[in-house]
Amino acid sequence: MKKIYNRIIQISGNVITVEADNVANQELAEVKSPQGTSLAQVIRLDKSRVYLQVFAGSRGISTDSEVRFLGHPMRVSASDALLGRIFTGNGSPRDNGPELTDNFIDIGGPSVNPANRIIPKNMIRTGLPMIDIFNTLVESQKLPIFSVAGEPYNELLARIAMQAEVDIIILGGMGLKYDDYLYFRETLDKQGALSRTVMFIHTASDPIVECLLVPDLALAAAEYFATEKNQRVLVLLTDMTNFCDALKEIAITMEQIPSNRGYPGDLYSQLAARYEKAVDFETAGSITVLAVTTMPGDDVTHPVPDNTGYITEGQFYLVNGRIEPFGSLSRLKQQVNSETRADHRALMDNMIRLYAEYKESVEKQSMGFRMSDWDNKLLKYGSLFEARMMDLNVNIPLEEALDLGWKTLAECFTPAETGIKTDLVKQFWPK
Amino acid sequence: MTQNKSTSRVTGVNGNLVSVAFADAVTQNEVAYVMPEDGSRLKAEVIRVRGREADLQVFESTTGVKVGDPVEFTSQLLSVELGPGLLTQVYDGLQNPLPELAKQAGYFLKKGVYIYPLDQEKTWDYTPVAKVGDVLTASETVGTVPEGIFTHRIMVPFAWQGSWTITWTIEPGQYNIKTVVAKATDGTRERDITMTQTWPVKIPIKAYQDRLLPRDPLITQVRSIDTFFPVAKGGTFCTPGPFGAGKTVLQHALSQRSEVDVVIVAACGERAGEVVEILREFPHLEDPRTGRHLIDRTIIVCNTSSMPVAAREASIYTSVTLAEYYRQMGLHSLLLADSTSRWAQALREESGRLEEIPGEEAFPAYLESLVAGFYERAGLVQLKDGNLGSITICGAVSPAGGNFEEPVTQATLKVVGSFLALSRDRANARRYPAIHPLDSWSKYNSIVPEEKVSVARNLIRAGNDVDQMMKVVGEEGTPTSDFVTYLKSEFLDSVYLQQNTFDPIDSACGAQRQEYVFDKILEVINKTFDFPDKNEARSYFQNLRQSFIDWNYCPWQTDAFKEQEARIDNMLKEVR
Repeated sequence: MKKIYNRIIQISGNVITVEADNVANQELAEVKSPQGTSLAQVIRLDKSRVYLQVFAGSRGISTDSEVRFLGHPMRVSASDALLGRIFTGNGSPRDNGPELTDNFIDIGGPSVNPANRIIPKNMIRTGLPMIDIFNTLVESQKLPIFSVAGEPYNELLARIAMQAEVDIIILGGMGLKYDDYLYFRETLDKQGALSRTVMFIHTASDPIVECLLVPDLALAAAEYFATEKNQRVLVLLTDMTNFCDALKEIAITMEQIPSNRGYPGDLYSQLAARYEKAVDFETAGSITVLAVTTMPGDDVTHPVPDNTGYITEGQFYLVNGRIEPFGSLSRLKQQVNSETRADHRALMDNMIRLYAEYKESVEKQSMGFRMSDWDNKLLKYGSLFEARMMDLNVNIPLEEALDLGWKTLAECFTPAETGIKTDLVKQFWPK
Repeated sequence: MTQNKSTSRVTGVNGNLVSVAFADAVTQNEVAYVMPEDGSRLKAEVIRVRGREADLQVFESTTGVKVGDPVEFTSQLLSVELGPGLLTQVYDGLQNPLPELAKQAGYFLKKGVYIYPLDQEKTWDYTPVAKVGDVLTASETVGTVPEGIFTHRIMVPFAWQGSWTITWTIEPGQYNIKTVVAKATDGTRERDITMTQTWPVKIPIKAYQDRLLPRDPLITQVRSIDTFFPVAKGGTFCTPGPFGAGKTVLQHALSQRSEVDVVIVAACGERAGEVVEILREFPHLEDPRTGRHLIDRTIIVCNTSSMPVAAREASIYTSVTLAEYYRQMGLHSLLLADSTSRWAQALREESGRLEEIPGEEAFPAYLESLVAGFYERAGLVQLKDGNLGSITICGAVSPAGGNFEEPVTQATLKVVGSFLALSRDRANARRYPAIHPLDSWSKYNSIVPEEKVSVARNLIRAGNDVDQMMKVVGEEGTPTSDFVTYLKSEFLDSVYLQQNTFDPIDSACGAQRQEYVFDKILEVINKTFDFPDKNEARSYFQNLRQSFIDWNYCPWQTDAFKEQEARIDNMLKEVR
């Protein structure tokens, strides 16, 4: 039995300091106060002073509250019993089910050896032309949806999850509105996917520190299924901006020097440690990470989306209920779009280029300039493109979408105007 | 000298910073091992000493470290092992061979596992060069072994000062790297020379005769670089750009197509997936210059974003030291560092934990001098035997928010010779490579004579002016002659500046081909066209562009290439 300490010498924010010895960095402790028992984690050691981050927050903790160290870092029970279950941000059941106690694994484990990774090779089909043609989603990709409050990002996330062919879905909710949590649960249930889903849900009203644990819990479980069970796992994380804000809060409490708009200097490393868990193994399963990052003030240069963009393998911009062609990017599309159809790449590049020119024409038009023949062609093309490719209600397989692309080009342009290589035009241009 | 284990103990842990009360003496930047209860040994580096307490940055996760854990100091600065067998290797920032680590530790990077970086069993075909009685100084050749296509020189260790007389040499034959191949004396003591030596990574290797001004262009086969913003062998350049502007794709293109001897890819704090592409593809891709595989000239140092931050800082120095080692053999090496911003961020994290007074955006105040010190390790040198060797450094920069005013970009711009600004607008319009033709600059010489390049440069500027003007007065308010200028500059952009890096032909545009095609483009630029109206002008240029793009996809000097050229010539004759 470990010693119990009951002399707390500092309480600041969600961090308490206690004098104790023989305590390991990152070790867990239980803090007992009149408000109940909460878990806490060691975040700093300074001689005999131990700094603990209290998961339930420090409200109600008194200087003589009991602190008992547990002798191990944060863990999650990893087994098939996780499937179909819903947990809170500290890993306890949210669904009235039993507490899981077998096969504990540490969360936030070391990163995958790059030498064990393989080049991703499987396309994930979504039925959305904006994704399938222009920004193909690939198994083991890490990809955020950049959006702003009010956009249907959780709906998009749920839709991709339902259509993607994966074995297991793990949902990590951070600062999730209770309604959104219920929406996910209902959607998964309706589609019969609940039995292959694990949820770690931190809702907006839960203690902020628990928000920090959600990605690690979700990804540790994902690693278990991918490496031990050889399964293809899709991890959904929403909303990572809340996770970053929780990081900021703790950093400020710990009196760290902020780097940019109050966020800690290691924001990039913290985000990377989570996103980089996305992986594909030669001899085991895979982990694909789809996240939501809401951009405060719709500003992509805000530290959260900015750092995220540098880490993830592309991003989808969700604006006005549509996936924007500009800025949206899948860095892994080259791995798969040479295998789909010969015209895929050329069509992808040139349709976007023409859409960019369309945008210029729209600008000219709005300034009252006379439209040339070329402008009129572009205007026609642009509106067709938006209706046929960008609308989120379109749900067609990739091949059909490519054919529709050629049809659209042929309705608006001559082959030379498209800038596509002549041999492709010969093969695919609608007669 | 190793200090007594019982005397140095951990007194505090803050992230990867560990404070240690030490007993005897410690050296700044020496390597130490923290030994927690689970029996692992965590490598660390001394970064600050205050009184009887030293602050160590640990190259591993510090989970489980307790106050009171013993610490062992080694008195060695953080060093790399240099010797035959470095090429084709994949290392982490501390020179651990990752494939070997995977065999021992499985899927994940187990902490506290360190492996000797070179194969100690493999034998090499050694030929002595120096004879008994020869007097040599540091970096002069003792013998050679063949390593792939190169003659790998075994040199007098760079750290040996003064003159050394060879007293004994081994017979030619097959030996492993740890065999003593020669002995030498400086008059007071005799020392052994093996095929390997160590060198502290943070100190530049200076065992050469002279530093020279970089002159010869480094052919990258990227048209907009070689023609417009060239790089010299021994020069430095940087590629800042926001995310999604194609920094990494450009770096990959450079690592494959650049005409240099040795390429060091330093994946510093970036995505692991990008390294994997190199790791898996290079063993199969042919190097057209040598007929061997690209991996045979490549060393990968990867400390990706989720690997420990302190090792990320070290990885940059490890990479440049490896580049210097091959330079000492009279080879031209290219170091691609992606991304130096992640390195700077690692410095910032460390500085924050040390509670130093922050500079701009919380970067440490000494950031500029560290950045300068790194790029200054590039250069063209004359070795002691008269041969030339060089290191060219290309640093990718990832400015926060894509804003070039931030400290890392600014510190980099002060010390590089060429600046390739990657632009989000160009990337959004799928104009790759997204090197901005107006913002970028270079101080090196192009493969195309300057007077020709400046014609093209002026055209781009003029085209841009017309474009801006058209946004105000509209197309109808623009004279046809100005409109043609605009079309010409757009034409130059689409068929010359833009290049399809995923097409095997278009992506590799050699120097000869560039000069040839550029002349043809000048012909178009210098031609005066007289179109009746703008629509006709536009459609003519669209067709011309199409023909040039098709031409770009024809292999150099084939029949298809010549036929397409004839077609273009006809198109140019058709109009007046």
